[in-house]
Amino acid sequence: MKKMTINKLFAVSVLALAITGCASDGGVTEDAAMVDESQTQEVAASPEMDMVNTEEAQVSNPLLDQTTIYFGYDRAEILPEFKDVLNAHAEFLVENPQSNIIFEGHCDERGTIEYNLALGERRANTVKSYLIVQGVNPSQLESVSFGEERPASFGSDEMTWSKNRRAEIRYSSAMVQNQIGDNQ
Amino acid sequence: MSLRYWCIAFIFFSAFTRAELTIEITQGIASAIPIAVVPMQWQGKPLPESVDEIIRSDLERSGHFGILAPDDMLSHPASEEELYFRDWRLLKQDYLVISSIKSIAKGQYQVRYQLFDVFNERELLAQTLSANTNQLRDIGHRISDAIYEQLTGIRGAFSTKIAYVTTNRTRTQFNLAIADSDGAREKVVMSSKYSIFSPSWSPDGKRLAYVLLEDSGSKVYVQDIATGKKQLVSAHKGINSAPAFSPDGNKLALVLSKDGNPEIYVVDLNTRHWLRVTNHYAIDTEPNWMPDGDHLLFTSGRSGNPQIYRVSLVSGFIERITFDGNYNARARLAQDGRFLVMVHQSAKGEPFHIASMDLSRGLLQILTSDTFLDESPSVSPNGVMVMYAAKYNKRSILAAVSVDGDVRFLVPSKSGDVREPAWGPYID
Repeated sequence: MKKMTINKLFAVSVLALAITGCASDGGVTEDAAMVDESQTQEVAASPEMDMVNTEEAQVSNPLLDQTTIYFGYDRAEILPEFKDVLNAHAEFLVENPQSNIIFEGHCDERGTIEYNLALGERRANTVKSYLIVQGVNPSQLESVSFGEERPASFGSDEMTWSKNRRAEIRYSSAMVQNQIGDNQ
Repeated sequence: MSLRYWCIAFIFFSAFTRAELTIEITQGIASAIPIAVVPMQWQGKPLPESVDEIIRSDLERSGHFGILAPDDMLSHPASEEELYFRDWRLLKQDYLVISSIKSIAKGQYQVRYQLFDVFNERELLAQTLSANTNQLRDIGHRISDAIYEQLTGIRGAFSTKIAYVTTNRTRTQFNLAIADSDGAREKVVMSSKYSIFSPSWSPDGKRLAYVLLEDSGSKVYVQDIATGKKQLVSAHKGINSAPAFSPDGNKLALVLSKDGNPEIYVVDLNTRHWLRVTNHYAIDTEPNWMPDGDHLLFTSGRSGNPQIYRVSLVSGFIERITFDGNYNARARLAQDGRFLVMVHQSAKGEPFHIASMDLSRGLLQILTSDTFLDESPSVSPNGVMVMYAAKYNKRSILAAVSVDGDVRFLVPSKSGDVREPAWGPYID
């Protein structure tokens, strides 16, 4: 079952390369309760999530401060410059099996709301798949799409759009949805 | 006279109702029919609504009529006895509407109107209607519908409703609202801090399905408009979105990604039986029913970029519909399936516009050009007008264009952004 799941993940990742293009820039709604002071990216937070204090662990790896992965227009594949960051989060999760991550997929505003909802999910899933390939237990991972609805920055220009094509990494100690196994 | 109807910004504002939306007409057809709607005769304190003003605005918004301003009229007849056709031929009017209103009881009115062919000096329509104070706007729209149908042969849609979502600039508050087709009498039916989108009317006009994008993900709800009671229809793992009522109102087509990636499903709202319609690793979304209830149009990325496809619910056979352009999505049918309207991008990097496609000839025509980032087209129930959302002066507004592209108007909200219009059905 696991092996089949991984192959399916590869297939999804490869196919995700062919399609993507979330567009839209928006303002941040709330700051995540991420405990890293040196956090450079703003993250949209869910008030219902319990935030894990990961400060001690993160002091040892500053890459964990980075919780936003950006994407090219119409793309969902992980750009090479983000692989180190993702590897760091993967390593953390492997060493901390009680920690969980929710990946949020986002798009820029171009294109339809529904198609962008689907593309946002593709981005979140691509990042999730990558972490599973790095050895993270799928039960520690969850993904959700917000399409173009929760932009990090508002505006209709290339700069704004590029800031909204993203996946956010959010740590929590409780999963949002009840998930028995991972069929992604 | 023809200059008046080209590129005129005509602001219609309902002074007596708390209308969020206003109308700006930006283009009418060059061969607009000149019609004069004489101010309605009334004796008494000012009425809360001007019925004749509603008729003039409706007909002007259709783009097919050139409306004579009351100040330019030589006389204001209210009955046939007072009517001199010569006056109206002088003003080059083809048609004339005269009317009167009287009170028959407290809060009860009787409206009488007549439509005349000026050149032939012939009465075409005459009706007497009664209404209470709250129905004066409805009477105006009913008269507009009758005049429009009499003169164009097409059923009017002035009495229909539109649903849409309004939001503040920072996207922290969303309202799902219903208003008259002219933007008046807006009523908020759902308010949330979460994004609301994809409203879909049931065919009887009594329910709205929509997506609520909660922190845990997107969910599909169906809400009874009269009672406000809402019912959760789909909250599976992953995406639950793009609801569309079937023509008989018993089923909802929607998109779920619970089985790995976004696919189209149909759920029977009575039996809660689920049918999976698509099975492909690409994104499949935005289902829209064809009038036979056996086919769905949908958007799929299976050829590399979003295009429109049609699937038979009976055989499962899938056929590609659009081949022109880099991106075609969110198809909606017009004129009983003869035309499609959709969001269209001709090439990568080009603007997103609304396009229509004649299904029998396969020809695609781009309808919009003044606005950009056009999306969510919705067709009026008489198949003539397309309302859509667009970016205009950095705000999201509603705009409308006729299916042949000749008539255009904007519906800007006084504050915030307006999106996701859904034109309501005829309610019999």
